[in-house]
Amino acid sequence: MFRDTRTLLILFGLPVVQILLFGFALSNEVKNSPMLVCDYAQDGVSRNLIDKFSANKSFNLEEVLLSHRELNDAFKKGRIKSALVFPPRFETELARFNEAELQFIVDASDPNTANILMTYAAGLVGDYQQSLLLDYSLPYSIQPEIRMLYNPELKPSFTFVPGLLALVLMLVSVMMTSVSIVREKEYGSMEVLLVSPVNPWMLIVAKIVPYLFLALINFITIMLLSITLLDLPVNGSALLLFAESMLFIVTALSLGILISNVAQTQQVAILISLAGLLLPTVLFTGFLFPIENMPLALRYFADLVPSRWYYLIVKSVMIKGLGLLAVWKETLILFLMTASLLFLSFRSFKVRLL
Amino acid sequence: MIENDKTPWDINCRCVSKRYGSVQALSSVSFSVRKGELFGLIGPDGAGKTTLFRILSTLMLADEGSAEVNGLHVVKDYVEIRKRIGYMPGRFSLYQDLSVEENLNFFAALFATTVEENYDLIRDIYVQIEPFRKRRAGKLSGGMKQKLALCCALIHRPVVLLLDEPTTGVDVVSRREFWDMLKRLKEQNISILVSTPYMDEARLCDRIALMQSGRILSVETPQHIIEKYSDKLYALRTADMARLICDVQQMDCVESCFAFGEYLHLTFSDDDQAACLVLLDYLKKKGHQDVVCHPIVPSIEDCFIKLMR
Amino acid sequence: MKEKKVVIDVEGLTKCFGAFKAVDNISFEVFQGEIFGFLGANGAGKTTAMRMLCGLSLPTSGKARVAGFDIYKQSEQVKRNIGYMSQKFSLYEDLTVMENIRLFGGIYGLSHKQIKEKSSELIETLDLIEVSKKLVAALPLGWKQKLAFSIAILHKPQIVFLDEPTGGVDPITRRQFWKLIYKATSESITVFVTTHYMDEAEYCDRISMMVDGRIKALDSPQNLKMHFSASSMDDVFLRLARKAQRQAE
Repeated sequence: MFRDTRTLLILFGLPVVQILLFGFALSNEVKNSPMLVCDYAQDGVSRNLIDKFSANKSFNLEEVLLSHRELNDAFKKGRIKSALVFPPRFETELARFNEAELQFIVDASDPNTANILMTYAAGLVGDYQQSLLLDYSLPYSIQPEIRMLYNPELKPSFTFVPGLLALVLMLVSVMMTSVSIVREKEYGSMEVLLVSPVNPWMLIVAKIVPYLFLALINFITIMLLSITLLDLPVNGSALLLFAESMLFIVTALSLGILISNVAQTQQVAILISLAGLLLPTVLFTGFLFPIENMPLALRYFADLVPSRWYYLIVKSVMIKGLGLLAVWKETLILFLMTASLLFLSFRSFKVRLL
Repeated sequence: MIENDKTPWDINCRCVSKRYGSVQALSSVSFSVRKGELFGLIGPDGAGKTTLFRILSTLMLADEGSAEVNGLHVVKDYVEIRKRIGYMPGRFSLYQDLSVEENLNFFAALFATTVEENYDLIRDIYVQIEPFRKRRAGKLSGGMKQKLALCCALIHRPVVLLLDEPTTGVDVVSRREFWDMLKRLKEQNISILVSTPYMDEARLCDRIALMQSGRILSVETPQHIIEKYSDKLYALRTADMARLICDVQQMDCVESCFAFGEYLHLTFSDDDQAACLVLLDYLKKKGHQDVVCHPIVPSIEDCFIKLMR
Repeated sequence: MKEKKVVIDVEGLTKCFGAFKAVDNISFEVFQGEIFGFLGANGAGKTTAMRMLCGLSLPTSGKARVAGFDIYKQSEQVKRNIGYMSQKFSLYEDLTVMENIRLFGGIYGLSHKQIKEKSSELIETLDLIEVSKKLVAALPLGWKQKLAFSIAILHKPQIVFLDEPTGGVDPITRRQFWKLIYKATSESITVFVTTHYMDEAEYCDRISMMVDGRIKALDSPQNLKMHFSASSMDDVFLRLARKAQRQAE
């Protein structure tokens, strides 16, 4: 077995990679989450509270005065994860009624992160309240009014359905095509196909089209189940969602074709598409661990994982109810990925044996 | 058809060599196949037959030398060649989970033709497998698979047919039938290059190339190869064959001695007649009974063995 | 053959796959030290019958004793007393010649000392000294087959089963292979062999011809030729197999 270096590499290399990844790179902690502060009060208390927030590593503050609508836009674009709004005369109210309200808005389309951010914020406000009590004898109460955007009930399905969709479509599609060409190589039918007028493009397209239909059936099944059983909303255009899914499936199928071209046996193809892709897809799609918190190198790596972009698209369209204008960047990335994968598949397709 | 009629050759192989790592699969192989000829490559496994087929069918590049098929260069004009040849690899290479009919239709579609269009060419063969047309190709017997593969290779009316060991592992009956089919195809003016490890099939070809370890030993008509056999060959048998081989090999006057079915085939190193008498005398002394010894016409296998040595 | 000890005794052996009778009520005996040719067209049921005799699959009905052991109840003992070699798989290609000998010697329970002795003897007689440390994958087919046969009889089995051992082997090596077979029979090992080369059929002491799952003829090559008034085994085979009903497996 020591003549089989590939197996050895997988056997001993994989645990090392996993330990390093989980030990250092991945965490559920939220760091530097972009937060917008609208301080309409501009008084001592609001200043103090803002200082508290900016001293905390979890938040990355930006102070701008925005209208309610502009605030909503910022959330939709995904520029910010949370916002802190101080009403005018915050300190005055606090002094007069011993009670004041501030608003904490959080993007709950990712319920995990939303929960963590909410806890942090409540903690910070509570601490500040405690420190006020030391100076004054009267009880002051600052009431944070919390608003959960997109997913007021904090249902976990809002994350895991898009995540699962990305994961399943990615793995199933890659796996289906990754064996398709190498299987013919193994059975010998590729030999006969090559000695015929069929050209590589025709062959690649003929391999992709049937699997596209199969994967779409998969997509429709997951969607129907989520909508009927999990009460998931489709806030945006269903047609757009369908089209984007189709694009993503083609991306994954093209990746599979590339693997199939390079691999010499079905076994290797399945190994690459399952063992090689499962971990990166699970980790770097973004539904288990926030990508923003990863080290820079891993963030760049995550950008190469197609499912990451699809996950963003699904969340934007399905849950935030956005249109193509909001996801054009992700769509373009997927499109470019598909084009380059297809090009590479075409280039790596061997018109001869060996 | 571009420059088809310039040469009388449909396959032209000049000094083709190929190595895989440290193994020299082909060393400077040259031969030509005439239009409409049934040409056999005869040799055991490892002779380089499959490599040669892959180079001619444009599936592989030769390290050295050049080859033309139907007047087209195997590297430069590979796209055009692929339209004109019918190729049947050594291993069964059709879709096992498609039915007989589906396989045939698929290959017809690949070449942008229909089964009906060229049905006359495959009719003789296809009628034999037609009763099983709904059966999956993987469930056919060896002989049936070969017939289906031949149909698929013929469906686009190729000019040149390349058949790599179509009869290997197939029983004697199916082998006979297969060769009968090739003879009929030859009448349709299709040039056929066929390889086989069975020496007895050589005599069914117009011309043959005997191959061994990547080299061509001889290219001739089967008749010529046999005529060229320079030694006088004797067939010898006695009641106890196992002992006979051992005893004959002790004799100095015997140059070669090989078992051929129920006989030993042997040649003598010097004066045949005299040596033969010496041998018979010796065998009698050794107590062999029912000794039969007579000169015979060599078979292709005898010639091959002689060329190998 | 002198004492005519029966080493394979088959009676009414049948194997069905659903309604399909792959092997249909065959009966025969094989004697110690003989070369028994097991011939038949593709799909006649040879492989199925051979698998049953080697203890690899259970018959639907019938009786069979191989090397004195019942193939139903004593398949482990059967396996210990036979050798098996086929054209398709015989040796581990990614092990060296020596490693293969050691591996199979170990599998059949030879002692360390025995393996050492046998392997050096074997490598010498087969002329493999120079390649003994090379991977089997690098050997020519004929050498592989000779080595595989020698390994199959390493543990001195009573019977060795050979499934098309010489397919694709060159004519000279093929004859060397048969020399090895003769040598094995002189050590009273029984040889049960299938082949597509009809000249090899002539080397057998007796031949059985299977057609459509049944044994249609069983005799010495000489008697078979006489009986069918045929000039060669080729003709005998053609006459019998042409009558076959079964076209496809």
